[in-house]
Amino acid sequence: MAGAALLLLLALAGLVPAGAVWPRPQLIRQAPGGGRCRLSPDRFRFGYARSSAVGPGCAVLDQAFQRYWRLLRQAGPRATEDARSWEPLCTELLVSVATPHCDGFPDMDSVESYKLSTSEELSLLSAESVWGALRGLETFSQLVWRDEAGTFYLNRTDIVDFPRFAHRGLLLDTSRHYLPVRAILETLDVMAYNKLNVFHWHIVDDPSFPYESTAFPELSRKGAYNPATHVYTANDVKLVIEYARLRGIRVISEFDTPGHTHSWGPGAPGLLTPCYAGSVPSGSYGPVNPTLNATYWFMNELFREVSSVFPDFYLHLGGDEVDFTCWRSNPEVQAFMQKMGFGQDYTRLESFYIQRLLDIVSSYGKGYVVWQEVFDNGVRVKPDTIIHVWRENAGAYQQEMARVTKAGYRALLSAPWYLNRISYGQDWQAAYEVEPLAFEGSPEQRALVIGGEACMWGEYVDVTNLTPRLWPRAGAVAERLWSNETVRDLQDAYARLAGFRCTLLRRGVQAQPLFTGFCDVEYGGS
Amino acid sequence: SPSGSLWPLPRSLSILPPQLQLAPSRFQLVHGPGSTAGPGPAPPLRALCRYYDYIFGYSQWQNRGQRPLHAGTELLQLQVIISSKDSEFVKTITCILSISIKDQLSVTEPMAVLKAEKVWGALRGLETFSQLVYEDDYGSFLINESEITDYPRFAHRGILLDTSRHFLPLKSILTNLDAMAFNKFNVLHWHIVDDHSFPYQSTTFPELSGKGSYFYNHVYTPTDVRLVIEYARLRGIRVIPEFDTPGHTQSWGKGQKDLLTPCYNGEHRSGSYGPVNPILNTTYHFMTDLFQEISQVFPDTYVHLGGDEVDFSCWKSNPDVTEFMKQQGFGTDYAKLESYYIEKILGIVSSVNKGYIVWQEVFDKGVKIKSDTIVEVWIGNLYTTELSNVTRAGFTTILAAPWYLDYISYGQDWKKYYNVQPLNFSGSEKQKKLVIGGEACLWGEFVDATNLTPRLWPRASAVGERLWSSENVTNIGDAYNRLVKHRCRMVRRGIAAEPLYVGYCDHEIREL
Repeated sequence: MAGAALLLLLALAGLVPAGAVWPRPQLIRQAPGGGRCRLSPDRFRFGYARSSAVGPGCAVLDQAFQRYWRLLRQAGPRATEDARSWEPLCTELLVSVATPHCDGFPDMDSVESYKLSTSEELSLLSAESVWGALRGLETFSQLVWRDEAGTFYLNRTDIVDFPRFAHRGLLLDTSRHYLPVRAILETLDVMAYNKLNVFHWHIVDDPSFPYESTAFPELSRKGAYNPATHVYTANDVKLVIEYARLRGIRVISEFDTPGHTHSWGPGAPGLLTPCYAGSVPSGSYGPVNPTLNATYWFMNELFREVSSVFPDFYLHLGGDEVDFTCWRSNPEVQAFMQKMGFGQDYTRLESFYIQRLLDIVSSYGKGYVVWQEVFDNGVRVKPDTIIHVWRENAGAYQQEMARVTKAGYRALLSAPWYLNRISYGQDWQAAYEVEPLAFEGSPEQRALVIGGEACMWGEYVDVTNLTPRLWPRAGAVAERLWSNETVRDLQDAYARLAGFRCTLLRRGVQAQPLFTGFCDVEYGGS
Repeated sequence: SPSGSLWPLPRSLSILPPQLQLAPSRFQLVHGPGSTAGPGPAPPLRALCRYYDYIFGYSQWQNRGQRPLHAGTELLQLQVIISSKDSEFVKTITCILSISIKDQLSVTEPMAVLKAEKVWGALRGLETFSQLVYEDDYGSFLINESEITDYPRFAHRGILLDTSRHFLPLKSILTNLDAMAFNKFNVLHWHIVDDHSFPYQSTTFPELSGKGSYFYNHVYTPTDVRLVIEYARLRGIRVIPEFDTPGHTQSWGKGQKDLLTPCYNGEHRSGSYGPVNPILNTTYHFMTDLFQEISQVFPDTYVHLGGDEVDFSCWKSNPDVTEFMKQQGFGTDYAKLESYYIEKILGIVSSVNKGYIVWQEVFDKGVKIKSDTIVEVWIGNLYTTELSNVTRAGFTTILAAPWYLDYISYGQDWKKYYNVQPLNFSGSEKQKKLVIGGEACLWGEFVDATNLTPRLWPRASAVGERLWSSENVTNIGDAYNRLVKHRCRMVRRGIAAEPLYVGYCDHEIREL
């Protein structure tokens, strides 16, 4: 067994560098040969510093303490209590938060910065807001490491950290395949481990409508894959939003119109445009019918509900890939075009629809994110609209980023981060090497890039393969969006990401390997 | 699809309109009169229990009252009748089976009969029977009157798992064996060791895994190996281990001194090692002892000996090897040295009464191999030419080249695997007969227990049908419809098989 122990030591030394953190903090200082302390998961406690503006009773932090305490205990087999008793024991992490807000939701302006210093005398985490404290707790949990005998250690470390971009998102698509709530919750956990802070919930689309609306219950009754089992009830949605909030994650829902709405049709008669074959209806339907007042009444009611169900200031309104062929075929749409003086320019009809939709959403006091076509087609949007750049094939996305920001809009980048597109090998590297600000433009333009989102579209993804396909690949995007621009070394990233992936396995997350190798705790068995 | 959810599609099939109902509380899977495999601990009995669960176990029927069924519309029994007395594990499983569901006894008591020559065929038939049963919207279990005669097109239908590049916990391997049985695969090609790690715990040479495994608990103990073999046997699956030499052996070096060739940098040892050292007697003593053990541990008549991708640069650098080449009159032709080594290994393995499979390089390099050697074709380029050449030389062959499932790409790549025609190469009828089957390979560079199952299934199912069903079963639309349902059935049985495309299953995976 001596041989095995030696191997173990080498393996841990090689795979999990002590204090490697993912995503890498902005500033991390660990004096070589600096002090370290032992840490006993059973005796360690998280607490509030006396200076903290929030204290016991703050659900966000109370529950985070519980979670991270559990993660510490789960971290693997432990040494006996008295091992290495000559080394100092560190017993608590004190958290100090400057602003006394606990009950709200994180938003675009949340301050997520924190400072963390650990030493044998005192470990202190200070943050402006509870959201920053959450990020710091995650970092702290990643600093704890274990030697070959199973003893936990914490090296003396000083960290100053803050995100590079405010919007660090992940898109899940629950329409092409339904994802059970627990799969969403698990994803939220792993997002928090990666310091991602926006869950973009692409909740409905052509194939199915799993959102159970109180205003229009027929939508899911007729549009879900199965109205009993493949739906999100009002309670489910509340659960997801609260679970996300407790992890400092915003939930931005997307109700994409006027295209991508096939599943809306059965539950909302008259909403979609009837397509014509010659002079008779063909029986199939196209995008939302933009010529009827009833359409806008419907949208008004639906978005009234959606605006109150989802607390985030922003809604994602979609607006991508509108196919004009059905509109063209429909004589009433043609007549409407003529009446409005749109000629044959169907983008003007699309703009007409989007314009009215934006007005509806604005009237509920919400801001909105739209896919890039809305901008490309010249729809007049409010100056604070966020344009989501996604197209991979319509010219380089860098040019689109330049155009969007030049027009003064804020931009959100997803084009290089369609993680549903898999390929053989270490494709996380391509995602990692993206530089979101590498486009031609002024510093003011670059300042308009609020972040990015990794997208996991659902054509080929459901609960059977979601987690391994997502993690740790989305981790590459997470570091790009959090860490300093200068953090680009692939070898260093590989070592830390491989270690982080083993951390995920220890936490029970089914994250797939980067390459050959092993983790001391494997998924689904030793 | 008129063929329901059957996968792979049986040879001959007639499904008639009349439906019969199965009542979970009354339906029985039993040994029929005259069956040679009566009750006992043998595969049939266990399989009957298993398939009862597959058919009914996922439903909530227990909570519903059993409605009385009309006389003559209820199927009460499936009788399994095995005719051969010899139920040994044979190297090729070519049983003919038939399911006939019709009222043989009387109008009021329909029953189903499954006849097979051997238990292995009965296992395939049970799988088919379970695929014929479906649940309607009201929770009733139904089956149509049917006649099926079925047998495989190819005898060797394998899955390769690589437990060296990543260690696979036992549970992953067993789950995969379940999925293999659902797809009528019958060979687990266990690529158990390689450069990266040596998880096989040898009783003769415990240091091999003691030093060569990734981690102290990343090993397969003799008990583990026995468990895999028995679990596979109960599902009619052979386990063929691969101990690949002389290349792909870096991990062997850690636990076996002087086994690998020391590489040189000029006149000095560089500290790194190359393939197995073919010039030392100790090498062959070691291999004799090791393969002696392996031949006892693994009951199958075949062992896979690898022989692929041997890099000569280290041999070239080593002065002792150079000297040996001179002595043997090999000149500078290192393929001759490789052949020298391989021939000795084949001799060793023959002497312990095993047949062997080798990767195609062994054939390509002109190593003298016994006429009953099986050559596995794996190199993606020009594999049809290789099939021609191998079979023209009279060797039996297995095709893996178009079925490297570790190569993933976006979209429905199962169609690519499905469209492969293994016999589409130029050669005589006699040559074509030498193709005994194929293998879907899931190499482990990017695969471990986290992603193995969804990456393998249902993509490997495409290979499963190609190797089992008739050559003319090629309708991709029909295949899609059946495979979607088959995938949902696998999900229902606890296999996290990934989706083919947009859609859903009534029962999504329950636990992950």
